[in-house]
Amino acid sequence: MTFEIVKPGLATTVQDLGRPGYFHLGIPEGGAMDRLALRAANLLVGNDEGAAGLEAVFMGPEIRFGADMSVAITGAELPVLLDGDTRETWTTFDVKAGQTLSFGFLKEGARIYIAFSGGIDTPLALGSRATYAIGALGGFEGRPLAAGDKLPVGQGAIVAEGRTVPDALRRGPGKPADLRVLPGLYWHRLTEKSQNAFFDDDWKVAPEADRMGYRFRGGQPMEFVDRPQPFGAGSDPSNIVDGCYSYGSIQVPGGLEPIVLHRDAVSGGGYFTLGAIISADMDLIGQLQPNSAVKFRRVNMEQALAARAERKKTLVQIRQVLG
Amino acid sequence: MTEIQSPLPGTFYQKPSPEEPPFKSEGDAVTLGDVIGLVEVMKTFIQVQAEADGIFVKYVAEDASPIMAGDVLAEMK
Repeated sequence: MTFEIVKPGLATTVQDLGRPGYFHLGIPEGGAMDRLALRAANLLVGNDEGAAGLEAVFMGPEIRFGADMSVAITGAELPVLLDGDTRETWTTFDVKAGQTLSFGFLKEGARIYIAFSGGIDTPLALGSRATYAIGALGGFEGRPLAAGDKLPVGQGAIVAEGRTVPDALRRGPGKPADLRVLPGLYWHRLTEKSQNAFFDDDWKVAPEADRMGYRFRGGQPMEFVDRPQPFGAGSDPSNIVDGCYSYGSIQVPGGLEPIVLHRDAVSGGGYFTLGAIISADMDLIGQLQPNSAVKFRRVNMEQALAARAERKKTLVQIRQVLG
Repeated sequence: MTEIQSPLPGTFYQKPSPEEPPFKSEGDAVTLGDVIGLVEVMKTFIQVQAEADGIFVKYVAEDASPIMAGDVLAEMK
């Protein structure tokens, strides 16, 4: 079973839940930017939650099916068309061999996930099918898809049409998007004025934002507490002696534009990190368009863990609905 | 009148580079597939192409302005 890419869209890649365990070697976890959306898409078509599907950003691909299968599209709101007829997002539908899937203009969010019953069956690379394009690893030949690519799909059963994730369980970013932050190791490097400004200022997603990092602009330049720079840290006060970065950590090169490291991020370097976006809000970042408004909200560890538990509860509810 | 919409969000440019004139001016003939502007997003410039033949009327979106998917960029007839 296969499907063929007729038009690839802007950057469409094979993604699953990623390849944890190699970040210390410089290979990022990778995988879907909105993991809950990918899990939901897979559940809708009867796959394991971690099966590989497609992630498409801002623009949908055009796909021609080589076999009958069940399909579901979650994440962003992008009008779905099967041979020109409308289909609902977050809802399972059948496709027949020879039919074509295409998309209209993006309405809300940034990334869609397309799941196929049986899952995309490209070879595993370090235990995952996630595409890490900068490292030419995983997915389909380690790269975004191009017109004419034929992707293999595993053996899966056709599931009932019309299975759907209720609205209440489809969480997208608000306007502005509230992103919760736990201050971290180098928080003390900022002056109190800059610490407060970070949370008070209105930020916007910069157009450079991608799978490696989401950059924000619009807030005030940051001021640092004076110190003699340690040996090896360089002269810029936003620099540190090289250290490890975490998924979700927020670095601010030159004290100007915060960058949140996302699924395909580098694992270390010499920028101070003021804290991290809590895990519960990382999926939301994957749904932010360029120029969308963002507020950073301060939380403590207890609140971050409560938010994580809440997020897990949503997943359990989706499993129950589709179980 | 035909509206040319942006296929994706980003920053719209009427010109191929800051020193050059816009891709099209009022009254220019437009052929299917002609580039009428660029949208920059994720460090990539994507060409916006005309989907029909006609005559260029005007740009609707300003040069170097932020746009959303579906925004009208230009009009032709």
